[in-house]
This record gives sequence, C-alpha cells and structure tokens, in this order.
Amino acid sequence: MGLNDPVHPEPDLVQLLTPEGERVDHPDYAFAVPDGTDEAEVIRGFYRDMLLTRRIDTESTALQRHGELGLWAQLLGQEAAQIGSGRAFAPQDFVFPTYREHGVAWCRGLDPLQVLTLWRGSEHGGWDPAEYNFANYTVVIGAQTLHATGYAMGVQRDGLVGTGDPERDTAVGVYFGDGASSQGDVSEAMVFAASYNAPVVFLCQNNQWAISAGSERQSRIPLYQRASGFGFPGVRVDGNDVLAVNAVTRAALQRARDGEGPMLIEAFTYRMGAHTTTDDPTRYRTSDDVEHWKLKDPIARVRVYLSRNGLAAPEWFADVDEEADELGHRLREGCKALPDPDPVGMFDHVYAEQTPELARQRADFVAYRDSFAEVVA
Amino acid sequence: MTRMTLAKALNAGLRAAMEKDDKVLLMGEDVGRLGGVFRITDGLQKDFGEDRVLDSPLAESGIIGTAVGMAMRGYRPVCEIQFDGFVYPAYDQIVSQVAKMHFRTRGMVTMPLVIRIPYGGGIGAVEHHSESPEAQFAHTPGLKVVTCSNPVDGYFMIQQAIASDDPVIFLEPKRQYHADKVEVNEGAEMSDIAPLFTSTVARPGSDLTLLAYGPMVKTCLKVAEAAALEGRSIEVIDLRSLSPLDLGPAEESIRRTGRAVVAHEAHRNLGMGAEIAARLAESCFYSLEAPVLRVGSYDTPYPPSRIEEDYLPDLDRILDAVDRTFEF
Ligand SMILES: Cc1ncc(C[n+]2csc(CCOP(=O)(O)OP(=O)(O)O)c2C)c(N)n1
Repeated sequence: MGLNDPVHPEPDLVQLLTPEGERVDHPDYAFAVPDGTDEAEVIRGFYRDMLLTRRIDTESTALQRHGELGLWAQLLGQEAAQIGSGRAFAPQDFVFPTYREHGVAWCRGLDPLQVLTLWRGSEHGGWDPAEYNFANYTVVIGAQTLHATGYAMGVQRDGLVGTGDPERDTAVGVYFGDGASSQGDVSEAMVFAASYNAPVVFLCQNNQWAISAGSERQSRIPLYQRASGFGFPGVRVDGNDVLAVNAVTRAALQRARDGEGPMLIEAFTYRMGAHTTTDDPTRYRTSDDVEHWKLKDPIARVRVYLSRNGLAAPEWFADVDEEADELGHRLREGCKALPDPDPVGMFDHVYAEQTPELARQRADFVAYRDSFAEVVA
Repeated sequence: MTRMTLAKALNAGLRAAMEKDDKVLLMGEDVGRLGGVFRITDGLQKDFGEDRVLDSPLAESGIIGTAVGMAMRGYRPVCEIQFDGFVYPAYDQIVSQVAKMHFRTRGMVTMPLVIRIPYGGGIGAVEHHSESPEAQFAHTPGLKVVTCSNPVDGYFMIQQAIASDDPVIFLEPKRQYHADKVEVNEGAEMSDIAPLFTSTVARPGSDLTLLAYGPMVKTCLKVAEAAALEGRSIEVIDLRSLSPLDLGPAEESIRRTGRAVVAHEAHRNLGMGAEIAARLAESCFYSLEAPVLRVGSYDTPYPPSRIEEDYLPDLDRILDAVDRTFEF
C-alpha cells in the first residue's frame, strides 16, 4: 500500500464493484436506481460521465501546456468519486466545490468552458451559483465547508427538510480534500453542522496527497472516524468505485433531507496526476504507488463490468469515445476563443452600490486608456 | 562571490542562518521534501533533517500558532506561508498573538519568528495568488515588516530578520524570484551590509525622488532609465523596511530634488503610499515643489490575470505621475 501503511491499514471500505469489475454486496449500502429507470442505463451514464470528465481533464492539461491556461488542477483518478457523488444530488440540492470538482460541475450542468475561465484568467469563475445550485470554486482551503453549513442552516430554517416531499426536501453537499481536514474552518464547520443538526453532507475526497504532504501528515486515524468526535456518522467508501460512492452519497443526502443531520463521507481514492500543472510529484512520491493505483482505475472497472455482462456493445463504447473527441475539440477551440475581459469591468462589481471614489478611478482609467488610443490614431 | 537569483539567494541565506544557529527551524506547507512550491527551501530538509525543516499539516493558523509556542521555548521559527492570499487564516494568530506577546508580557517574552510570504502579482496566477497585504501588517504595532527587491538583499536580509528578536513579516516579491542573477558576496562583513530596518538608494538622481519597494523597485529603475532618455534624472529609493519605515534617505533626497512619487503594487487607498506621502509632506514641506504623488493598484480586488497588466502600476503609469509632478 505504500506510504500510508502505518496509519491507515487496509481501509475499511464500502465497495460494490471490485477493481476486476465484479459486483459485490455490502450489508449497509446497496446500489439502487430511481424508480422507473433502468440500472444498466444508469451505469452506462456513469461510464459516459467519467470518460467525458477525464477528457475535460486531459484536454485542459494539454491546454495549460500550450500556454492557453495559466494553471489546471487535474482530477485524473478521481472521476468515480466525483461522478458517483455528483449524480446523487437532487436538482434542488446545493453543492459547494473546491477547485478540483470539474466532474461534479459537469453533473450540475456547467459548461466546462465556463470552468476554464478561472484557469485561463479571463474570469474568477463567474457562474451564477443559483442557476446550477453549484457555488463557485473555492481556492482558499476549507473555507467553503463553513459556507455549506450556513447554507444548510438556511435550508433548514426555510422548512425544507423532513417534509417527506421528495421534490422539496433539500440537502447540501460540500467537497474538500484530506489536506483541508487540518484547517480550523473544517473543524468549525463540523461543530456548527452537528450543533444545529444541519442538512449538510461533508464529502472528503481523500486522494492521499495535499501537494507533497501525505494524508498521514494530516491525520493519525482514518479521516471518516473524525465524524464521531463531532457527533455524527462517518463512512469510508472506495472512491474509485462509482457505484459505491453513488450509493453512500445517496443515503447520506437522503438522511440529511429527512432531517437527520450531517454526515461525513470519506471517498478513499488517489490523485494519479500532479497536484496542479506546476507541481512535480516525482519529488515526493514513488512511481510504484502510482502503478499500484493504476490497477484500480475507476473507469476501466466499469467498462469491464458493462462489457462482460453484455450491458454495452463495442459500438456503444466507440460512440462515447467519439463524443469525447468532439468534446475535446470543442474545448480546444472554445478555450482559445474565450475573450479577454474588458479591463474597465474590474471597477464594476466591487460593490453592489458603486462608490464615488471607485467611479472616479474608473473614469480616470478610461481617460488614461483613451489617451493611448489618441497617440496611436 | 556567487551569481544567484533571488530564489537561490534566499535559499542560501536560510542555509547560512541554520548553520549559524541550531535553534533556527523552518516550518510550513511543503517546505521539506518538495523544497517549497517556489523551491526556496530546496535541499534544506535533506541537509538539516526533519526536526529542523518541518513539513506542516495544511493549517496556517496552526503553523503560526505553534511557532509562537516554539519561540517561547527558545527556538527561532521561520514560517513559510505558501502564497500571500493564504496568510489570512493565520491573521488572528499574527495580529492578536505574535504582535502583542512582547508588549503584554511587559517584555518578558520575545517572539523571534520570521513569517516569509511570497507576495505580489504579475505572474499570471489564479485568484488569491497575487495579493499585496503589506499595509495590513505594517498597520499592526508589534510586527516588523520588510521586503527585499534583489538577490543581495535577499541573502542578507533573511539572515538579519532571523537574527532579530522581534517578529518580522518577510515579504518576498515572487515575480522577482527567478528574474535576475547577480553577484552576491557571501563573505561580506556584516558591518558592510546595510542594517535591516533601513532603506537604500537604488539609483542616484537629482530631479525627482521615486520611492518603491519589493516588486516595484525593478519597474522604478526602468522608469528612471526611460526618464533619463528625456533628460530627467530620477533617484530611486528602495524602502526595504515598511515597519519601521525609514524615510531618512528619501528626505535627504527630496531636499535636493524637490519632488517625490511613491509606487507600490498594493491598492492605493490607505496603502503604504498614503503614510509615506503624509510623512514626507510633514518633514519636507519647504523643499517640495509639488505634492507627493502615489501610484498604486486600483481599489478593486485583484482581477483575473488576463487583465492584471491594466491593474498593476507599470512604467507608463509611473512616468505619468512623474510628469504630473513637473506640472505643478
Ligand atoms: C488556506 C490555503 N493554504 C494553502 C493553499 C495552497 N494549496 C492549494 S491546494 C493545497 C493542497 C490541498 O490538499 P487537499 O485538501 O488534500 O486537496 P487536493 O488538492 O489534494 O484535492 C494547498 C496547500 C490554499 N489554497 N489555501
């Protein structure tokens, strides 16, 4: 198992699909699909989401290499953790991501090009959270766990938990990493969530690294066990198993919607790539570890399962590959075509009510800029 | 003599300080095995061990708060904050604890710790990676705030900061880390080195005094070069120490030039420039031919990087202010 051995013994995981593509049972969690939907269809959907998400990732990494993006936070290896959980939310649920949740953004219907604006430096993200029920990315580690808890307290106040109406009852999900678990904000979020029994699900993607620090630097016990110290349940799930992540997240969200309060899910996974495109992981981890985790690839195991059980034909896989190629092409062209913002816009949303001083600075800026135009003309 | 970048100079300076005093510890996120995200601590854990170069958990308040305790125990922690925008989770510890410990214990406890922060913009980074928080710290009594603009200062100032018995916020202009290589005389006598809390003349001149620090010094040296082509002689002062603020060389200069402009990357509103202009107006009132002008960034949050060049003061905007002082 490598670096985490002494602290994290072979993890006590909820698993429903083995790395070899075999379905297995778990006493507490079963994979179930919504009434009226076909299970194979849903699993094929997961496969497609994961494959397209991987393409968003590889294409964006390439775009960064070509100087089109300033930076990119890769998610390679975390597709099941993101798609499994992302597809568990109901439309009315609200999600708070970190800066790496490109797969969850995909599930919430965000155009990946919108996500790229942040990494290209043409916007700070800039989507309307209310349109997607998906907050903007948060770069400052752990801060969003408090926002999610407060949002969940608001949902609770609005009487949108425990009504029994599946269209109304609402849960909040918040993503963070194993490194983030060391931040005071995350502990405070858990204290508030427990204290107010807020309908929030903490989704920790333990990809085992916070840049160069292994998760043993953050916690001497498996992270999911932290929950009991705060007074709510925690569970560890195989983060590379999309069925298990989906089943566990669905259960936790339902619990929250029913008014039973917060829960912590630790999706135990692995960051196959670098931390970001500026990071060099060869300085701190061994290639053996990476090779070991390649065998647990989240996409390959679903593919094996679908093919072996005759749930998807080779042509179907070929179609998805083609769709990924088209998506890749659209991202490449679309990214280069993203317009640079008009600098005058930087004065416009500092306040909801513009101040006289900033209006003056804006006017000065415009005049100053125009003075160059006159020189050129 | 060795030719070094600022990044290498800081690394060598840290090494020298650790060799000199075994109470010096480095702590921060990724400073050990990785050598820091900017590689400023590269190789130090390998040579000094994990007990002296601590890869910390991902918690800024934790880094500074534990450094406070270590300082009380006689150590000299040098904390790295990974990026300017991530110092705020530690802000409470720095402002409420580090800054006040000596005062509230009536001098019985000293806080000889250094907080290194890569700061400033111009590198095309995403949000929270390009901030200029100097005024927030310089406004806090009990903290000392310095910033280096070149490899020579980087090498000596970091050692002087570590040797200081007061807490020092040590700001490193990240866009200069790899900008220029210059000769550093590591064997220089400390008596030949400018004391830490002083400013220096980066380029002599006689028509106008341009004050800058950190990332803006290089820009201001270019301004002076450009102005020289138009026949104007500009003296550039590198402020280096923002708290305490040493305006001695600037005042001496203004008495000769009669004009002054201050440039910094931080927002103009309540920035260092405001304090500097006010003090110079008091001390040099009769020498000034024009008000002291300030050039800073606009009073907006740091914008997306594609337009940061419009936001940050550049050669043209500083020259523009220089020209305006001659219109009075
Ligand atoms: C408060 C704060 N400190 C430092 C950083 C710099 N930083 C960005 S990501 C990261 C590691 C995060 O690790 P983890 O929480 O495990 O999430 P992962 O990136 O592995 O998904 C660090 C230190 C930051 N963004 N915010």
